[in-house]
Amino acid sequence: MRPLPINTDESPSFVLELIYRLKIRNVMTTKLVTAGRGDSLRWVQKLMKENTITGVPVVDGVRLLGLLSVDDIIRALDAGYIDEPAEKWMSRNLIVLEDDMPLSFGISYMEKYRFGRFPVLNRGNELVGIVTSRDIIVALLLEINNEMERLEREVLPRPESAGGRTRREFSTRRYDFENAGRASSEIKRLLKEQGVEPGIVRRVAVAAYELEMNQVVHSVGGRITFTSDAEAAEVVAVDPGPGIEDVDSAMREGFSTATEWIRSLGFGAGMGLPNARRVSDEFSIESEPGTGTSVRSVVYLRNRS
Amino acid sequence: MRIGELAKLLDADCIQDRYENREVTSGYTSDLLSDVMANARVSSVLITIQAHRNTVAVATLTEIGAIVVCNNRPVPDDMVDAAREEGIALFRTGRNQFVTSGVLFDALGEVRDAVSS
Repeated sequence: MRPLPINTDESPSFVLELIYRLKIRNVMTTKLVTAGRGDSLRWVQKLMKENTITGVPVVDGVRLLGLLSVDDIIRALDAGYIDEPAEKWMSRNLIVLEDDMPLSFGISYMEKYRFGRFPVLNRGNELVGIVTSRDIIVALLLEINNEMERLEREVLPRPESAGGRTRREFSTRRYDFENAGRASSEIKRLLKEQGVEPGIVRRVAVAAYELEMNQVVHSVGGRITFTSDAEAAEVVAVDPGPGIEDVDSAMREGFSTATEWIRSLGFGAGMGLPNARRVSDEFSIESEPGTGTSVRSVVYLRNRS
Repeated sequence: MRIGELAKLLDADCIQDRYENREVTSGYTSDLLSDVMANARVSSVLITIQAHRNTVAVATLTEIGAIVVCNNRPVPDDMVDAAREEGIALFRTGRNQFVTSGVLFDALGEVRDAVSS
């Protein structure tokens, strides 16, 4: 079994907070399937099969006596004592969790004892639930999902439109081709809403897409800032590295440092920056190895004669 | 000619049929997406073997209404989904790009006035 990938010293603070905030009672299954001490192992096997579970606590009322796992049943079948009572073969030295322990205990118990499940007792030593690694995973995913939704609401604000000015920021990630194109699609939509002529929208969209793709393909990831007013649309792409060795070459059509893989996706033909410059009315690029790249493209939104 | 007539003309299957049946005036044949963005005209058909959702993104940005994937190249589901979202028609044919382009060219002729940027 691989160690659990939660490092309790260096994990993000949200994850740490989560595994301390959640209590065992928040993740445990409370719908318990139990057996009595006199029930046969064959009966317990039937319970497991019918409920698709791999462990059954043996109880006397709410008092936990022991635990039977699939392993115990297999052994019983093999050695021929499957009709004997649960009490005789159940594990008695049980590691249990308490319902008000933080989830971090559950995670470290899973890691430390390598059992598939832990019975959960309350303060009064009554059996109140059972926790499997599946329960923990489900609870964590739900919480992380909630948190991500909250973050997304926070991070993706509505366009700030003040005094006819629109401003949006987007981030790109290295090799994230699935999300690449989001910024340019959004920019295109905003300009259309603004009532800009299709041919001009297209020029801004092309510049934005090329700059976005450049960040995805070549940089460690970066940021695209879009601003527009009645006069002009500006796309500024800034990334923190690795930077371009030779900017003059990079601006030359056909020059590319892209890998075969990037080329197989239809990029890296050495047309990105030249394309962006061609569609722009103003274009500038600054780059230095180690400090990153900043590209600015401006397209005038009014036809100038 | 309209997008709806392409399947028959190009001997192609329409694998994404939620699109606006726009007029087609030209075509562009390329697998390099930057090249498509630089040179394809609006209201074009894109003839390509680049079956990837990025192809849809580029088509959207450049107002290309239909993509024809040649050589029966497999088309990933996320490309079909993206095309549906953007309302871009997606066709697939067993013919190659040369033949497909030739047939379309015969039907449309060369468009000389540059509609593109």
